[in-house]
Amino acid sequence: MQKMKLVMVGNGMAGMRTIEELLKIAPGLYDITVFGAELHPNYNRILLSPVLAGEQTVQDIVLNSMDWYAENGIHLHLGKKIDKIDRKNRVVEAEDGSRAEYDRLLLATGSNPFMLPVPGADLPGVISFRDIADVEAMISASAQYKHAVVIGGGLLGLEAANGLKQRGMEVSVVHIAPWLMERQLDEPAARLLQKSLEDKGLKFLLQKQTAELVRGESGRVCAVNFKDGESIPADLVVMAVGIRPNTELAESAGIHCHRGIVVNDTMQTFDPRVYAVGECVNHRGVAYGLVAPLFEQAKVAANHLAEYGISRYQGSVTSTKLKVTGIDLFSAGDFTGDEGTESLVFSDPGSGDYKKVVIKDNKLVGACLYGDTINGAWYFDLLREGTDISQFRKTILFGQHHLGDSGHGPADHVAALPDTAEICGCNGVCKGDIVKAIVDKKLFTLDDVRAHTKASSSCGSCTGLVEALLAHTVGDYSVAPSKKPLCKCTEHSHDEVIAAIKDKGLKSMRAVFDFLEWKTPDGCASCRPALNYYLLARWPGEYQDDKHSRFINERAHGNIQKDGSFSVVPRMWGGLTNPKELRAIADVAEKYRVPEVKVTGGQRIDLFGVKKEDLPLMWKDLSAAGFVSGHAYGKALRTVKTCVGSQWCRFGTQDSTGLGVKLEQLTWGSWMPHKYKLAVSGCPRNCAEATIKDFGVVCVDSGYELHVGGNGGIKVRVTDLLCKVETEEQVMEYCGAFAQLYREEAHYLERTAPWVERVGLNYIKQRILEDEKGRVELNERFKHGQRFAQIDPWKERAEGVDATEFQTIRISA
Amino acid sequence: MSDWIEVAKMEELPRLSARVVQFDTVKIAVFRTSQDAVLAVKDRCPHRGGPLSQGIVHGNLVTCPMHNWRIDLATGEAVQPDQGCVRTYETKVEDGRVYLRLSSAAANANSCVEHA
Repeated sequence: MQKMKLVMVGNGMAGMRTIEELLKIAPGLYDITVFGAELHPNYNRILLSPVLAGEQTVQDIVLNSMDWYAENGIHLHLGKKIDKIDRKNRVVEAEDGSRAEYDRLLLATGSNPFMLPVPGADLPGVISFRDIADVEAMISASAQYKHAVVIGGGLLGLEAANGLKQRGMEVSVVHIAPWLMERQLDEPAARLLQKSLEDKGLKFLLQKQTAELVRGESGRVCAVNFKDGESIPADLVVMAVGIRPNTELAESAGIHCHRGIVVNDTMQTFDPRVYAVGECVNHRGVAYGLVAPLFEQAKVAANHLAEYGISRYQGSVTSTKLKVTGIDLFSAGDFTGDEGTESLVFSDPGSGDYKKVVIKDNKLVGACLYGDTINGAWYFDLLREGTDISQFRKTILFGQHHLGDSGHGPADHVAALPDTAEICGCNGVCKGDIVKAIVDKKLFTLDDVRAHTKASSSCGSCTGLVEALLAHTVGDYSVAPSKKPLCKCTEHSHDEVIAAIKDKGLKSMRAVFDFLEWKTPDGCASCRPALNYYLLARWPGEYQDDKHSRFINERAHGNIQKDGSFSVVPRMWGGLTNPKELRAIADVAEKYRVPEVKVTGGQRIDLFGVKKEDLPLMWKDLSAAGFVSGHAYGKALRTVKTCVGSQWCRFGTQDSTGLGVKLEQLTWGSWMPHKYKLAVSGCPRNCAEATIKDFGVVCVDSGYELHVGGNGGIKVRVTDLLCKVETEEQVMEYCGAFAQLYREEAHYLERTAPWVERVGLNYIKQRILEDEKGRVELNERFKHGQRFAQIDPWKERAEGVDATEFQTIRISA
Repeated sequence: MSDWIEVAKMEELPRLSARVVQFDTVKIAVFRTSQDAVLAVKDRCPHRGGPLSQGIVHGNLVTCPMHNWRIDLATGEAVQPDQGCVRTYETKVEDGRVYLRLSSAAANANSCVEHA
């Protein structure tokens, strides 16, 4: 069968990203032809500023080499401007007469710089700042001439001015507004920016309107006259007053345009065979000029071109960074505010720091940072996700690490770190390796960096640092999509999957794959364990656990070690043991020649180096001695750590050991989104370290304090106090309810600490404290689930369940 | 002796799982995919020697339980951007029985040159 023909007009970033996404999901579906008006292959337009400033070369910023087009079988026509679309016969035609037929047409014509309609705007020496040709013109002018005038004090104008200054020109920036970058910055921040740019040698003429560009004797521009009568010399004038979507071609073909080519949420124009992406597009009344939204559009367009038909673009929230070396600013959302908002401001003009966040109804609606912008990404997340910030309003200006961010914060100033600084401790990846990979391999996303360098692909605690490096290295690429898919097999987020399983009554993995249109036949090693957990947690007793969707540790009920052997940890209730149990463990250790025995941090004993084949035999012996699995290997209830309590301790206020045993009997065997630990301390001295556990109880004379969301691991997070209760029965009820809320609503592999921070303590309090009926129901659902979960997996396997899992087939020659 | 050796019955090898076959001192992981393809590779991840047989199987791939490398079981190649390969073994299924082509004389089914 003949392939369908896809023609793309415009060889820029948004269009090529669409083609790349399309090749990824539906390779071979189309015969692809690309027309580009410029003579260059697709390059990173954002990095024109560093090229102008002499920090990078044109070659550095090429995204798709000529070879790439050839390897992917794309017919590339460079230097050919399409000037006609014949929609009836489905043919496009270039100025030079070359033609191409299409079944689908993708318009990615980008935008044109807006040139002020003043006399002299067409003189030699007057240019815009848009493409490589402009940059080359500026570089060559800087070698011959002295005076440059940049009209426009926005993002692009300032980057152009900075570049020309670096190239040795005297640069004046003319701006009509009272302060620079008025669409991204408020006045105080803009003043700080202006001062640091003035320190670099730039001159500023604010609230000036250009009247005329004057022609010199040579025919080239020689001066700029203003409406107030003043005049300044100019050998080069760069117009950077804005961009207009380039809709000329679309309009000439009768495709509906209104401040851009109008598209729907599938990036389709009014002609169903024609799609459009990028700066030329008007989506829901907005034309975007930043790369992140354009890439989101690209992904959606590719999905529809691939005939998957399941994704929608719903608009983006954008943020801004200025790529001028040595200047850090960040802005997002409504940073000005109005009567309905409140502003929190920190200003230190001496050190050049300014921070402002705008709050409405306890949510962040805007932010504007100058100087120290490390928390920009965090504010941006809070803004997009509409997080309730009332809990940390007082410290929000001081940033995320002020909160104890449980492993999710962009930590220190990554830019200042040396190349040898280790970013990813798990995989031993240094800053230099990551930056090199980002630059050499042209990586844009966290996933790319993970795949190529392994940084942040293990424990994930350095994710924030890697994102910060990505942001710092490639400009505004840091912006993650507003919705994170569960994995590459689906477009759907964790929350959407959880909701679908519940609301649509999906009770098998196949049902989830079918209903949510999974892209892979059997999922992958990321989504299958997640789905298995979600189904198990939602439908206890109905869903049949799929062991082949479990990580090896949970399939073999032991922890796999680096040599392929396993470790075995029997449960010791509340950390209590006795001579008989210890003797049984000693016997087992000798019988199976366990090479190492260790006391764990969770008050029990770990037997290391057990061969997989020996596991069921060992469990049989342990089972006979009364032990059950400690689930030390699972995303499950691990341990309940206790101190000795009132029975022995002279400070003890309650029987913490006894309560710990009861809690462990209540919760053992339950599968969780991630590992889950409890502790009970008998007095506020807190010897059981209950305030760094997922659920911690601190006994006091008058009752029990309940603490939640602690973590002693990757990033220490101290618990939040949930409430105080009076009886052990209440402790048990709240413990069950909190565990169930976490089980039902947290994302798979999300510990309680980041979960509590994500949903907010207020939400937890509302569900557990205020909604009494809801709490009782949560606890009931927890106990119902436990009826099916509290079956000792070791005993079952000692009796022959899953026997083949543990047997090796031996053959000799 | 024939090169083809029966190692298991199909029902002893559930879908999306693996069995370990120890042939003298060499461990071979024999997988069955969701589409009932039976594929065999040496049970040793080219990355750091992890036991591939213990990984999660999806499509024609297995994800190594140690550091999440993905190996294409049909070719023995690691999925890009990881680089490396593992020796593959020929398999066949007849009358519900799984056979491996095993003999010291049997050439590598793929051209993977193993690194130590």
